[in-house]
Amino acid sequence: MGARNPVTWLGSPAFPDAARAALADTQQRSNLRHATGIIRAKRADAVAELDDWERLRLAGEASKDEVLANLDTYLERLEASVTARGGVVHWARDAEEANAIVLGLVRATGADEVVKVKSMATAEIGLNEALAAGGVTAVETDLAELIVQLGDDRPSHILVPAIHRNRAEIRDIFRRKMPDVPDDLTDEPRELAEAARRHLRRKFLSTRVAISGANFAVADTGSIVVLESEGNGRMCLTLPDTLITVMGIEKIVPTWSDLEVFLQLLPRSSTAERMNPYTSVWTGVTPGDGPQEFHLVLLDNGRTATLADTVGRQALRCIRCSACLNVCPVYERTGGKAYGSVYPGPIGAILTPQLVADPHDKQAASLPYASSLCGACYEVCPVRINIPEVLVHLRAEAVRAKGKHTPEAIAMAAAAWVFADPKRYERAQRAGSLARLLARGGRISALPWPGSKWTATRDVPAPPKESFRAWWRRTRG
Amino acid sequence: MADSRAEILGRVRAALADRPVARPVPRDYDRTRDVGDVLALLAERVADYRAVVRRATSAELPAAIEAALVSRGARTMAVPVDVPGSWLIDGVAWRPDEPALTTEELDGVDGVLTGCAVAIAETGTLVLDAGVAQGRRVLTLLPDYHLCVVRADQVTGTVPEALARLDPVRPLTFVSGPSATSDIELDRVEGVHGPRTLEVIIVE
Ligand code: SF4
Repeated sequence: MGARNPVTWLGSPAFPDAARAALADTQQRSNLRHATGIIRAKRADAVAELDDWERLRLAGEASKDEVLANLDTYLERLEASVTARGGVVHWARDAEEANAIVLGLVRATGADEVVKVKSMATAEIGLNEALAAGGVTAVETDLAELIVQLGDDRPSHILVPAIHRNRAEIRDIFRRKMPDVPDDLTDEPRELAEAARRHLRRKFLSTRVAISGANFAVADTGSIVVLESEGNGRMCLTLPDTLITVMGIEKIVPTWSDLEVFLQLLPRSSTAERMNPYTSVWTGVTPGDGPQEFHLVLLDNGRTATLADTVGRQALRCIRCSACLNVCPVYERTGGKAYGSVYPGPIGAILTPQLVADPHDKQAASLPYASSLCGACYEVCPVRINIPEVLVHLRAEAVRAKGKHTPEAIAMAAAAWVFADPKRYERAQRAGSLARLLARGGRISALPWPGSKWTATRDVPAPPKESFRAWWRRTRG
Repeated sequence: MADSRAEILGRVRAALADRPVARPVPRDYDRTRDVGDVLALLAERVADYRAVVRRATSAELPAAIEAALVSRGARTMAVPVDVPGSWLIDGVAWRPDEPALTTEELDGVDGVLTGCAVAIAETGTLVLDAGVAQGRRVLTLLPDYHLCVVRADQVTGTVPEALARLDPVRPLTFVSGPSATSDIELDRVEGVHGPRTLEVIIVE
């Protein structure tokens, strides 16, 4: 392990500090409250339509567990089936190796520009930056990724990376950064979508290399599956001569029929639709249809370290639906960027520190405290990841690594107490005491309320689970 | 390279040193469901995505195609080479994909007419598998208007029923409504890069 894992952003402050700044951004908070409010209600409706939802969740959980328990077998099976259908499989131990493989493949085609369909794996490894350093321009084609890229911004949500931007802000970014945009562009979503269509059309028709991620890979057939909405995915997966797919090693499902579970769980959990507009499935190379060169890069980058933790490994079941972000009271208030990683929210709080796998990384170690342990994330997770259980487990690990009475451990325990109840941190924010509580590790004995309450007990009080849940239900539906 | 493969597989085996045993996958979810009138449900669910739905008998199909194209004002239409001759009504410049239409040609036509492999009533989804009357994937991607003919015997009720009928090694495209985005304030807006208008004719 040489280079640092780019899954976290270099120089990000620990979560409590970042949260303090984010809580003060009232525009972002109101954008997030609006967007997550819409999606929560829609998801509940989409899920209520299926009487067998709980049984589908149990099947999804078990199917993913089967893959994880035999991951070596399934990886070899996937490699064999992709290779048999004309694809080329590459293995990357870490981000650096994956980026070098992709850059080498792009260079071999002679291209200096690639189109990309949104992919968490390539965001995690910092592929765009690595390509740029190698003289290759990566053009993001997903609308939200494009908004982030044009705005020189960072993603704040795993499904809708620009969720922290409202329509007026998006219009301003387009006006500033799209050369061909009409002067009278309004903030009507339809017009903004039209602007993105015009902006990217030529690129799609002329670019020879595309890079994608994968939602699922079927071990026994070698079929790769990508779900999307806009058609930018289909453009990338169909028009170029060369397709390079970067995929975490945990994205496998055993057989084609396992997809019947996930194609129901994922769309309803993520965009709250019965089905997303487009799902593409391809297997190796099909003569005369689509890219004639296909590369699959299998990425470890901390996943095997995560697999080694018998409690934490369930995070590898994640299908990146983002439902846990949308229901999280902490995420709704702090936004995604406070987590300092491409994986924010509840799943980020358990996945990021495990992928980083460095107990001395203070920022990553602070993430398991970014939670109220209210359990809403577990309730909505389509693959039943017990996020609160893993959070508590990782907190204990961090304390074991650092010692219970270090200034950091004490400050984090205090932070955990504050984040246990949104009312608490909103009040703390208003009182200006959150800054003092969260910013200075260790010097907490003289804190005003609410920190004083914590210092009096010298222990992390049990989260007021029932009363918090009751409050959440009453105020948020 | 070979080293990375061996190393990753070695790491996986070491990580699984506790020999976890997965429970068998419980398959007691609903593979089929009583969805009532499956064609009516498909029509309703496709229309929910703001796609236009027409219904016709097979004798009425050419007239239904004509009605769709006239109301759309479509004059040049791309088409896979193997669509039934009766679909190719007069008054339209048909552009069969043989020799293969170029990207520019496909970008320039008014629309495309295809069949499908399977349709899923419950989710309002059409699945194309590059088989008969469907052509290459790009055919239904670049034109801004996609008119798709669905035969009653191609319609399944649920997602599991549909997947059982499909061959995963064929290139598959699941289409549920026109292209759309939820990226602006998480609200669905139709019309981004794929066809912005989807029209379906269900044939009984
Ligand atoms: S942890 Fe569960 S709810 Fe959260 S993104 Fe992953 S699959 Fe979705």
